[in-house]
Order: sequence, then C-alpha cells, then structure tokens
Amino acid sequence: MSQVVDQRETGRRAVGSRSLRLTQLTKEFATFTAVKSLDLEIPQGSFFALLGPSGCGKTTTLRMVAGLETPTSGTIHLGDTDVTYEKPYRRPVNTVFQNYALFPHLDIFENVAFGLRRRKSKEVDKQVKDMLDLVELESQARKKPAQLSGGQQQRVALARALINRPEVLLLDEPLGALDLKLRRAMQIEIKRIQTEVGLTFVHVTHDQEEAMTMADTIAVMNAGVIEQMGAPGELYENPRTTFVANFLGQSNLIAGTIVGRDTGYDGQDVVKVEMQGTIVSIPADRAHADSGAGWVGVRPEKVLIARAGEPIDAPGNHMTGGVISDVSFVGVSTQYLVRMPWGQELMAFEQNTGARELFAPGTAVDVSWRPEYAFLLDASQDAKAGIEEE
Amino acid sequence: MSTVTEGTVADGTAPASTVAPSTRSPLQRLRGWVSKHLVMGLGALILVYMFVPIAVVVMMSFNDNSKSRNVYAFKHFTLDNWTHPCKPNGMCDAVVKSVEIGLLATLVATIIGTLAAFALVRHRFAGRSFANLIIFLPMASPEIVMGSSLLALFVSSGFGGRLGFWTIFIAHVMFCLSFVIVTVKARLGGLDDNLEQAAMDLYATESQTFWRVTFPLVLPGVMAAALLSFSLSFDDFIITNLNAGQNVTFPMFVWGAAQRGVPMQVNVIGTVMFVVAIALVLGGEARNRRQARALAR
Amino acid sequence: MAAGQEKGRFTGYWLIAPAAIWLGLFFVVPFYSLLSTSLYDPEGSVLTGYKVTFHVQNFSQAIQDYWHPMVRSLWYAGLATLICLVLGYVLAYAIAFKGGRWRNLLLVLVIAPFFTSFLVRTLSWKLILADDGFIVNSLQAVHLLGQDGRLLATPVAVIAGLTYNFLPFMVLPLYASLEKIDIRLVEASSDLYASPARGFFKVTWPLSLPGVVAGTLLTFIPAAGDYINATLLGSPNQRMVGNVIQDLFTTTGDYAAAGALSVILMAVIVAMVMVWVRTSGTEDLV
Repeated sequence: MSQVVDQRETGRRAVGSRSLRLTQLTKEFATFTAVKSLDLEIPQGSFFALLGPSGCGKTTTLRMVAGLETPTSGTIHLGDTDVTYEKPYRRPVNTVFQNYALFPHLDIFENVAFGLRRRKSKEVDKQVKDMLDLVELESQARKKPAQLSGGQQQRVALARALINRPEVLLLDEPLGALDLKLRRAMQIEIKRIQTEVGLTFVHVTHDQEEAMTMADTIAVMNAGVIEQMGAPGELYENPRTTFVANFLGQSNLIAGTIVGRDTGYDGQDVVKVEMQGTIVSIPADRAHADSGAGWVGVRPEKVLIARAGEPIDAPGNHMTGGVISDVSFVGVSTQYLVRMPWGQELMAFEQNTGARELFAPGTAVDVSWRPEYAFLLDASQDAKAGIEEE
Repeated sequence: MSTVTEGTVADGTAPASTVAPSTRSPLQRLRGWVSKHLVMGLGALILVYMFVPIAVVVMMSFNDNSKSRNVYAFKHFTLDNWTHPCKPNGMCDAVVKSVEIGLLATLVATIIGTLAAFALVRHRFAGRSFANLIIFLPMASPEIVMGSSLLALFVSSGFGGRLGFWTIFIAHVMFCLSFVIVTVKARLGGLDDNLEQAAMDLYATESQTFWRVTFPLVLPGVMAAALLSFSLSFDDFIITNLNAGQNVTFPMFVWGAAQRGVPMQVNVIGTVMFVVAIALVLGGEARNRRQARALAR
Repeated sequence: MAAGQEKGRFTGYWLIAPAAIWLGLFFVVPFYSLLSTSLYDPEGSVLTGYKVTFHVQNFSQAIQDYWHPMVRSLWYAGLATLICLVLGYVLAYAIAFKGGRWRNLLLVLVIAPFFTSFLVRTLSWKLILADDGFIVNSLQAVHLLGQDGRLLATPVAVIAGLTYNFLPFMVLPLYASLEKIDIRLVEASSDLYASPARGFFKVTWPLSLPGVVAGTLLTFIPAAGDYINATLLGSPNQRMVGNVIQDLFTTTGDYAAAGALSVILMAVIVAMVMVWVRTSGTEDLV
C-alpha cells in the first residue's frame, strides 16, 4: 500500500499541535435549541467521536465546525485562530458528507482533485493518483459517481476530503448507508488511515459500537449537551449518567438509597447503598450521586447467576429469590431475564463457555456481581434515558 | 402447470386462482394475454394516432399539386418542393421573421425565467404562492383572451397604430415565461443542495460554486426550457395574429394561404422543424439519461 | 442553511423581479385593459380612439348576439377534453406503468408532434378527413356514414381536431401524477382481495386526481378559446366564440363587443374551473 507522501503547502499548516477548541458553542433555531453551550477540546491527531441519538445536535455541531452553519454564540478555535465566522472555503477543515455529495457531473479523478484545483495546488495529477491508490480506486478514476457502488462512493468521498490534508477531517455518519460487513471493513480502514496520516478526525455517529471501535475519545451528546466524554472503556465501564449507561451497551438500573460510606475489601473507599433489602458496596470513584436515592447500575455481562443456594464467585451479599423468566440463546452467549422479588427483570448475559448447562425458564437463582463493576447514578435521572427504541 | 401469479397483478390481470387448473384452454390463455397487454396495446395505438398527421405532413412535402392548387390531396410525387423551398411568395420571409422573433424571445424568456426559477426554489420572499399562481395562469388561459387583452393594452396606451415586431416579441416572452420557469424549477428542485455545501467545504467560493457545480447541473433544464420556448414562439398563431400589425410570421402565412391554396413547401418547413427538434431532443435526452442517473439521490 | 443562503435577504426579490414585472405588465395589466375595453362606448374606433363609458350594455348585447357560439365552444371543448382524458389516461398509464426504461423516449414521442406547426398539423387532418379520403370511405363502407356524409365541416371534425391538438397537454400532467404512484399500493389492494378494476378505482384513480385536474384545465381552457380548428376543419355552422372575438377585433373593428365577449368567456371559464377544482377536491395545481 503506497504511503501518502506528506506534501505540505508552504505556510499552510502551522507547525506544532493545533487543537480544535469549542467554547460555549450554541446554536438556536426558531423553534428549538440544537446545541447548548458546548465546551469541547479535541487534541490534534486524535480520533474523536461525537456519539448520540438523532436530533441530539451532533451534526449541527459538526456543521458549525465546517462553516456550513453559523453559531448563535460561542467560539470555535483552531489553536489560537478564531474561525467561528469564517467561510467554509477559508477553513483548513474538510467534510465527508453523509450522502457523500459527490459531484455527479465530474468523474472520480476530478471529484478528488476538486479541492486541490480550487487552491491551485501543484502536481495535482500525482497527488490524486496517490490518494486513489490509498483508497484502492485507481482503476475507477475516469468513471462517474453514479457508476460506482455505495462502498466505492464512500471511499471517494473520503479521498476527496483527505487529499487536502485538512487540520480537522469531519465525518458526518459516513457509514450509515453501508451494509454491516462493509461498514465493519470501512471502520477498520478509516481508523487505519487516520493512524497513518495523523490528522485529527471528528466522527459523528449514532452507532455506539462504531464509536467504541474507532475512537480514542468519545463525547456522548444528548439534547444539545455533552453528557460525558472520555475513552471508550472509561465511558462504558463507568458511566456518569443514566443516558450514557443506557446508550452505550445496556445496563441494569436498580433503585436504592445511600446509607453511608465505608472502606471496602481492598481498602478503597466505598459507598454503601441499601438496595431492595440488600446492602451493596460501590467504589467511591464510581458513585455519581451524593446522598439520598440513587440508581445502582451493573452491566448485564457482569451479573453472575447461580442456581439457588449454590456459590457465586463474588464477595459480599447475594440477592436471592430470582426466577429465570426468559432465555435467549444467541450463539456466542445466552441472555437471561431474571425476575427479582421486587418485580424488576434484570438482564444477565453469560458467555457460552460450556462450563455449565443453560438454565431453563422457571429456575430459581441467586444473583450477584463483583462490587468493582457496579456504579451509582443520580436518582433524579430518567432510568429509561438513552434506551434505543427499536 | 399451476402457477401462483406473482407480479402480474401490476399488469391488470386478475390474480389467477391459487388453486389453478393444470391447463388453461386456448380461449382462456388468449383472454389472459389480451388483458395483460391491453393497456400497452391501446397506448401504442394512441401513440400511432398522434403521429398520423405528421406522416401526412412529411408525405405532402413530396406532393406536386401544381395542377390543382385548391385541392388538398396527394397528386404526384416530386422533389421540387425540397429543391425550391422558397418558391412561394413571402413564405421564406415569414419563416425568417418567425425565427428572428423566436430566437430573441427565447433568449429573453430563458434568462429571466431561469432567474425567477432560482428565486422560487432557492430564496425566500413573501407572496410565493401568489407568484406561483401568476406563473401558472398563462399556461391555462385561452390564447384568444391573452391576445385580445394584450391588444387592448396596446391600443389603450396609444400603440394601436404601431403593432409589429416588438409587440409580437413582448407577447411571446410573456407566454413562454411560464413554461421556462416550470421547466427550470423542476430541474433545480431535483438538485441536492449538499453538493453546493460540499463545493464550499472544498475551498470553492460562492461564485466558483455556482459556475462549477450549480450551473452545469441545471443547464440541461435550461436547454430544455429554451427549446420549448422556441417551439411555442415559432408556432404561435392566435396571439401573434392579433398583435402583428403588418408583420407576417410563418403561422400567419399558412393561415392566409389556407384560403387560397396552401403551397406544399409549407409541409417542407413543417417536416424540417419536426426533424430538427427531434434531433435536438434526442441528443439532449441521451445526455440527460446519464445526468439523471447521477442525480438520483 | 448553507452559508450562501443567509446572505442576501432580498436576493430573491431581485431575481424574480424581471419575470414578475414582465408578467405583471403584459399579463395581469392587460386583463384590466380588456375590462375597460369591454366598457368602451361602441361608437369609437381604432382611429378615433375609445372612451370608457361604463357601457355595460356591451355585455348584455354580446350575450344576446353571441350566446350560441359561446355555448357551442364550451360544449366542443368539454367533449374534446373528455375524449382527451380517456385517451390521455390510457397513454399516460401505459407509459408510467408499462414503460420501463423506455419511459423518457416515449414521452419524447408524445411531445414530438408538438414540434410541427399547429396549423400544418391541422391542415393534415383536412386531408385525412377529406370527403374522398380513406377514413370517410371506410366509414361509408360500414354504413356509419351516409353516402353523402362527410366529416369535414361537421362538429366531429372540429372536436377531433381539438382533441388531437391538446392531447399532449393532457398526457404530461397525467403522467407526472401517475408516475409518482407507488405500484406497491395497487399490489397491496390486490393482496387485500380487490379486483383489478376495484384496485384502479379505489387506489390509482384517486391518487392520480391532481394530474387529472391539471390536465383537464390545461386542455379545456385553451380549447374553449381556440378558433383554428373550427375554421380549418369546420364550416360557419361550427363557429366558436374564438372566431367571433377574432373577427370582432380585426374584421369588424368592434372593440367594445370583442372585449365584452372576452371578459364573459374568461368569467365563465373561471367559474367552471372553480366548481371543478372544488368538487374534485384538489386545490394545489403547480
């Protein structure tokens, strides 16, 4: 695979890192506010994902960075340069559009060359050829976009933006129209290209799996604000809001009341919560509520179940009285629904290691989990926030 | 062979009973074939019907009726009409006049119609539905009323004695505008506006975006509108007749000749118009096919 | 919207101004002139000038003198429109649902005859319907026409001419409407036990109604004012109101009567259109 030779335009790129900084960025429309006072800093060279359901404001934010939408207030900085109100053609920022927006009257070569020609680049032919090699489309150079498949068009859109070596490359749900296999392949491909060229990528998506696969840092957006931002693992394992807990993967959220603090088994601070008759311990750095009521959260794959009375490999109290109400065999794992005495159905996912037979519906079971996997969320938040309606 | 007829419902056949008999009698099969192809067949017949007079026009252009001027019937075959197309007195002058007016009216109508189409599709302004109404009305008004009201305007503003080239020109631009606007609007409406945003994202200024992206994509619609406009102008009789003063356009010439005996060269002109227009449309259509596929969102 | 659209709040006005002015000046204003013409003192002429005297007797006079051609015009136009609707619907349906990839080509063929001069085409009909021509002879042979019967100089020829000339105006809006119909809707109706005829009347026809309304308007209205077909293919017995108005303007020079008649024609048409649009239930046309 040929490497893209780094051809810098004289004086175009500032040497050194230029991070993208959004400060109090707001966009109000006539009937609603799409983006509310967003604060964000994206370090240069990182793969950043803006994740959220449709209508959360992520695309609007992206468009403001691109210059296709004017902010109501707030600023956008590239390093020290304020680009908030600059025209799109004056920003060192390029976009890969959701529906690709390839120019139908130009062939692939001219589509990719478009940005270079507008900037009066030298050696356009060579640069375009190298870029087409990178995305493996050299043979299609003279075809028109309509003659290409969806996946090929997507790669052209990527090439067309990338060839300009922008300081920030914006991707607006670029993989939405592709089928599953192709999407997976492109995710890996885009990530690889980003690592190779070292540009800052900002990827907008509603697919949490996609975000977790590709991004170094994820910002979860909901209704115009960022709920939580961090590395994928951090967001997944230690969500701070019910929205994040439900939007990334799935969570069991059980109502409880904080009763005090203590020192746990391994010497760390824990918060003790009385939950439906059982006292559970939650590490202090995973407790995001102060006092009063809260939601005890635990991921289904962390939930351990055993036949009633048999041992579970978790310290502390077990919850008894559970009954298997549903079993779904999904090949690599089995998903159980366990009805607890207080009426709630907990999700428990078990990998089919073969170590034990599957439970049948109606079996009486005990439930527990290792305390280092539980988290505590504020009770005032909606336990249903972030659950995708299918 | 029992068949579950899938997809034939769209053709208008009754779905064959799902418990079909294993064979169908010839009569049943004939009925099935007929009802399946009925609509298509009728459509083809109607299309043929539309071309019959055209065939007659072409045929008559080779007609020699010098011996019986007043009878409109085929007498002898001759190529004379094609070799001496300008023989009838005043006909070629009329053709030239029609072409002059047609080209000028097309130019003006296409330009201001295209501007208006852009305004309607891309910009906001008050009174949009009123504008749409005013644009639709000329297409649906009787020509006699449009012509007579224009005549009334000219007379009452004192130009009654100066009807001529410019009054015809004004009238033609007037009724061509609606068709131009509707045609260009249709084309413009189908353009993805992401394309222009993509262009600006790729360092094209507003002006560059228009000339390199918008204009090439809307051009086929503009060309179609121009062709339509020229045809309407060249062919117009009723409105022109009322506002022409001393000028004679080609349709006016034919009308006048219809009383005295129509020279066959008229059919030559008719045939040429037809062939040229068809060639242009088919040429543009071939181009359009490629563009249209690419524009499908 | 895009950065380019936020600037220029008045750009739209500037762009539409030339067309708006032209149509305003030469389409809307003339109707006002026509109205004032209809109120002229009939004693004037082009040379001596006219005076608007609110001579409303012009209207009653016009109706009295010319109600016969007026009614005849509406009748001919109505028949022609009806036939156009039937023929046009079949053709549009065939192209929209059976055309496949030939659709655009077929549409070109529908418009093609339009490029030959209207008058020259109509003259061809004179030949086709001639007294000793193929059609008349065939009809006489099967006794649909008497031995002395003719088609030219009869209402049949005029209506046939009107139908022929306005067919494309019916087909195109119908096609535009039909091709938007999702064929799966018809298939769904058939899945729900509707016969093809039922499926057509309950699904296809109602959905094509906007096209039907647009097509009938674009056909009926111009046909009502036409006089070319009546003159070339008919006799003085088939005189339409268009002939009358034309003659009043050019031959007789009676501008007052001509104006009055034009206004009456427009009024009648507008009234009929409003009733038609109201009963067919579609209000948007363009």
